Amino acid sequence: MGLLARLLLRNLLRHRLRTLLTGLGIVIAVLAFGLLRSLVDAFHAGADAASATRLITRNAVSLTVGLPIAHRDRIRQIPGVTRVGMARWFGGVYVDGRRFFPQFAIDPANYLSLYPEFELSAAHYAAFLRDRNCAIVGRQLAARFGWSLGDTIPLKGTFYPGEWRFRLCGVFRGATPVADEGQMFLHFSLLNERLRQENHPRKDQVGVYVVGIEDASRVASIAMLIDSQFRNSRAETLTETERAFHLSFLEMASIIMLVIEGVSWVVLLVVLIVMANALAMTVRERRSEYATLKALGFGPRHLVALIAGESLLLATTAGALGCVLLLPVAARVGLAVQDFLPVLTVHPQTLLQGMLAAVGVGCIAVVWPIWYVLRVPVTAALRRSD
Amino acid sequence: MSGAAEPETPVLAVNAGKSAAPMVRLAAVSKSYWRGGEQLTVLNNLSLEVAAGDFIALMGPSGSGKSTLLNLVAGIDRADTGQVEVAGVDLATLDEGALADWRAANVGFIFQFYNLLPVLSALENVELPLLLTRLHADARRMRARQVLGLVGLADRLDHRPGELSGGQQQRVAIARAVVADPRLIVADEPTGDLDRAAGAEVLALLGRLNEGLGTTILMVTHDQHAARAARRVLTLDKGVLVDSAGG
Repeated sequence: MGLLARLLLRNLLRHRLRTLLTGLGIVIAVLAFGLLRSLVDAFHAGADAASATRLITRNAVSLTVGLPIAHRDRIRQIPGVTRVGMARWFGGVYVDGRRFFPQFAIDPANYLSLYPEFELSAAHYAAFLRDRNCAIVGRQLAARFGWSLGDTIPLKGTFYPGEWRFRLCGVFRGATPVADEGQMFLHFSLLNERLRQENHPRKDQVGVYVVGIEDASRVASIAMLIDSQFRNSRAETLTETERAFHLSFLEMASIIMLVIEGVSWVVLLVVLIVMANALAMTVRERRSEYATLKALGFGPRHLVALIAGESLLLATTAGALGCVLLLPVAARVGLAVQDFLPVLTVHPQTLLQGMLAAVGVGCIAVVWPIWYVLRVPVTAALRRSD
Repeated sequence: MSGAAEPETPVLAVNAGKSAAPMVRLAAVSKSYWRGGEQLTVLNNLSLEVAAGDFIALMGPSGSGKSTLLNLVAGIDRADTGQVEVAGVDLATLDEGALADWRAANVGFIFQFYNLLPVLSALENVELPLLLTRLHADARRMRARQVLGLVGLADRLDHRPGELSGGQQQRVAIARAVVADPRLIVADEPTGDLDRAAGAEVLALLGRLNEGLGTTILMVTHDQHAARAARRVLTLDKGVLVDSAGG
């Protein structure tokens, strides 16, 4: 190692407590930054997982108002539509109601063929189709409650009163990291049959239609065609891309996400100030040393390398540590919030942003100290009071 | 700096020749500072010549301009008016970068408080100026070791400044000042922080450097005893040269 590199390293370790605390500040900042960004990403997971060849058709009045089951055949006949699936929010309560997870009543053959990202073995798929009392769940959900195939899952109905019991016939896994493995699917036909028997006002009603299309470039025209089919009917439709559908949910939480994003930047700003302050103190303490180096003939290039090198070494080391710690910490947080954010993962992009943020802090924090060292005349810096 | 490329050459045998041309020439140099809205003239139309190989002690009361004169000659400050020429180079013609290069090649510094880098060992401190030369790492270390041996610190190579006495630290500083074989050494109160015995050792060392190498030395001191080590004593008062006497 060269003499200047040794000088840089020893300077960095000169005030170990200060270096440790400053580094710890960066580690925590990168952790907090990464965690907050991952939370925002988790909100967007549904939109990110959306397919370009899937449309969602819902009631134009509100999502809480259903659509007639008869719409399905008319939608299927529209040119360019390949398949139409149905889904309905079930909203059952499991055990004490404190452990929430989403349940959807679907028409399995159509719906699952529209979602190839939910991978289900042929045996599990066949079992699910065979028995209407069956349900399938995501791998994450099964692991969360320790369910095995054949287990009975009791749900207390909320929208659809009564006790419901489903046999677990299959477990699907997400083909992509953003595929939600925290859901449960059950048979729409079973639900609808019971509603018919009870003459429930929501019988023969579908929550949303999932519409598969051939050509992603025709989403706008097909969406218009679908909606025009039902214009002036008793159940007008609103058709949008799956991504737009998910984003419409996020709009309700947009202010929260804005605050989260804002806080993530504030965290970085705070650590930037802390680091700049530490560096400013450091160069003030060493100003006669830098002046000595200048007197000996070391130019701005050497001084900038020494000061910036120290700052960047600390920032990148601490940033890397923060990124490494982010993965297990995010996994723990993910478990804690899985009821509401089932897909909390740290994207490589977030890790990169965390590292870049740390490097950025290291670069910006060093601007004033470098300016100070280069500006102060050698004679002034060498003047000592002791 | 030619000698710097040959580490096997004994360092104190380099640059021993003297020449008739003055090493330092100041012509009508003035320098003033602004303090509290008031202009303070520190050097007033001062002219001076120092021959190559001379050993000058600059004396005078506080504020007489001794250190300012030293700083101008060393190229770490600039004159307001007049000409400062060292080793034939008019320092006003050099920009900051060129001046830094010039200092690295021509000037050795000895400070009152040694100004060693506390995180580096004695050997590393002495090696520092050689980073600005083209010497390889091995040659740099060999040369630094050699010079530390010449100042009597061969057994303190790996000690950090905090582990050395004041006299030893000043000897390290002297080794650092001469290791790159400069033509001029400027020393600002080199014995000011030392006891009499350590101060005498440092002065003897400077005397040996001057006589053995022919290095031109410009030393600021308040101490009459230290001034006697020089060949010539110049006295400044209120920025004007008032006396010149043999040491």
